[in-house]
Amino acid sequence: MSAPGHAERAARFAADEDRAHWHDQALWFVRVKRDRMAAAIPEWEELRARASRIKAHTRANLAAYLEAFEREATARGAVVHWARDAAEHNAIVHRILSQRGVTRLVKSKSMLTEECHLNPYLESRGIEVVDTDLGERIVQLAHEPPSHIVLPAIHKKKEEIGELFHRTIGTEAGASDPTYLTQAARAHLREKFMAAQAGLTGVNFAVAETGGVVVCTNEGNADMGTSLPPIHVACMGVEKLVPRLEDLAVFVRLLARSATGQPITTYTTHFHGPMAGGELHVVVVDNGRSRLLAEETFREALACIRCGACMNTCPVFRRSGGYSYAWTIPGPIGSVLAAGRDPAAHASLPFASSLCGSCDDVCPVKIPLHDQLLARRRELVRSGRQPLSKRLAMRLARVFLGHRALYELAGRLARFLLRSAPPGLLRGRWNAWARQRELPPAPAESFRDLWRRRKEGGHGQP
Amino acid sequence: MPRVALFVPCYVDQLYPRVGLATARVLERLGCQVVFPEEQTCCGQPMSNAGFAGDAAPLARRFLQVFEGYEHVVCPSGSCASMVRNHYHPLVGDDRRYPAVRAATHELCEFITDVLKVPALKGRFPRKVGLHQSCHGLRELRLGSGSERVVAPFSKVAALLSGLEGLELVALTRPDECCGFGGTFAVVEEAVSCLMGRDRIADHLKAGAEVVTGTDVSCLMHMEGLARRTGQRLEFRHVAEILAEALP
Repeated sequence: MSAPGHAERAARFAADEDRAHWHDQALWFVRVKRDRMAAAIPEWEELRARASRIKAHTRANLAAYLEAFEREATARGAVVHWARDAAEHNAIVHRILSQRGVTRLVKSKSMLTEECHLNPYLESRGIEVVDTDLGERIVQLAHEPPSHIVLPAIHKKKEEIGELFHRTIGTEAGASDPTYLTQAARAHLREKFMAAQAGLTGVNFAVAETGGVVVCTNEGNADMGTSLPPIHVACMGVEKLVPRLEDLAVFVRLLARSATGQPITTYTTHFHGPMAGGELHVVVVDNGRSRLLAEETFREALACIRCGACMNTCPVFRRSGGYSYAWTIPGPIGSVLAAGRDPAAHASLPFASSLCGSCDDVCPVKIPLHDQLLARRRELVRSGRQPLSKRLAMRLARVFLGHRALYELAGRLARFLLRSAPPGLLRGRWNAWARQRELPPAPAESFRDLWRRRKEGGHGQP
Repeated sequence: MPRVALFVPCYVDQLYPRVGLATARVLERLGCQVVFPEEQTCCGQPMSNAGFAGDAAPLARRFLQVFEGYEHVVCPSGSCASMVRNHYHPLVGDDRRYPAVRAATHELCEFITDVLKVPALKGRFPRKVGLHQSCHGLRELRLGSGSERVVAPFSKVAALLSGLEGLELVALTRPDECCGFGGTFAVVEEAVSCLMGRDRIADHLKAGAEVVTGTDVSCLMHMEGLARRTGQRLEFRHVAEILAEALP
């Protein structure tokens, strides 16, 4: 692959070491909060195991639960729409809005609509779309995508936000006090809420048994956006389903603790049918999810509840930033999903990991993320999406490591070169190891040489 | 007397022979008879982790052939031991030799603790030591509890080290963050890899470590390479070297 991949984008982010450290610290802070919250629940590991089982059960019976959900939701007065892909999803949302003459829409957080690129679709059709989650609004005003699924503007410093707000919503020049900026955003958003004709939300969970959808936020923006205007459009992927209301309890306990280190989000709102005199539309989207469901190796990735814990703990994400992944969902889970969806475009992502496995251990639904990243690597190699140089190197290594005599010869030669080649040559630009690191020692004798002598000498140790 | 086949990772064989010798010495002092099957080369991890299962598979099968029949196979690397235990199945499938070799293979500290059932070692190592918990040993072999999980805290490696007289384990701010070695990751993602390594070194220095130790020389090689380039005064010793030096 000669097109720049994650490594090149990550190198640009990491080149500003102070900023990379600041980003790392900000997310590590969230990871530590998550640890404290998890540790306060003695049955934490059992909760994770149960969540994983509920998700596996739901996946295995997904069609039946989706139908049950549609039945129950419809009985409560909601309208359920089915969208095969992003294009259908966008068209359905647009149809709902345009048929009702909506030109001003307020949105709360939804990674699904990011995935479907709904905002530009609606905007190009004359509908004003305002993201009302503070972080989302910040990146929207900056014309940027979110860099993190829970903390969309985590890559921005408060001074940068102050400058952005000064330019876009008229805050005082040079002001960067978070409280002041938040109050200004609140006043700005209040006007948008008051003027909105419809509200769109994502969905954290949908309950098959009750036909309800559940939205978790900290800012109450989803509640405002669905209480003022009479039309509520809720967009969800098919994987958001849980069977029963009591299953929901497991996930609500895990979600906020994993995401931000809070015991629960400030608002956990259940929508069962429309408000009096209003409309509730639930758009249920596949967009590649059923294909993932069919992949035995990767289907567990569908259990993801989008808490972002794998991003906060990922030592690579913290030092490379969300944009280095160049996809809607970054980090470990994003790399697994993106490489499945479009292997050619995202071939570098499964390699953007040291395979440390920390993501597996924080994941509230126990997705074996680092094994899946490894499996994605195998898939990319099988389909020939690796550079020739790497393929040749691996083949060569296989030959030399496959024969003891060749291995010993190669080892001897390599150590000789390490010892006697001109240092300038060894540290050339070609050697990515040696640009920032000294080379390892190159002893004259290998372990097996010494071991042989030790045995032959028959006396103690060399 | 337990008979132990040494499984010496290829890069340890070639670049860090002293770690292989220290491993043998520790095992012998604990009463083991140590043999080194000379046909061994590499377990296949570099290819496997890069996704080249087709190139790793012949090495995995070769490993089974070399180590078949040994009651104990002991390795001074959590990552290589985990390769055999946790990542061979996609490579060797239902090879009839695999279950026995898998059950026999242990990382050194795990072998001392779980198989030899030696809870503490008598010895002396009067230094301030920072323990680098290499990821595959920690999270794939569960040599320790790990900071992510809500389980009773433990560390097989720390337990062995802290039993040594005079040894002080320093407290790190991030007790088990990855150093950024990660095999081919170290060169493919050089920028992030090196930043991760420098951050680990800084944590050890801040905690007052004189020596950084761990179960995997690969991580130590990466961090030592970084520390030497910037002239930082830190020693890097494999845990086997500390144990070998400390035991009377």
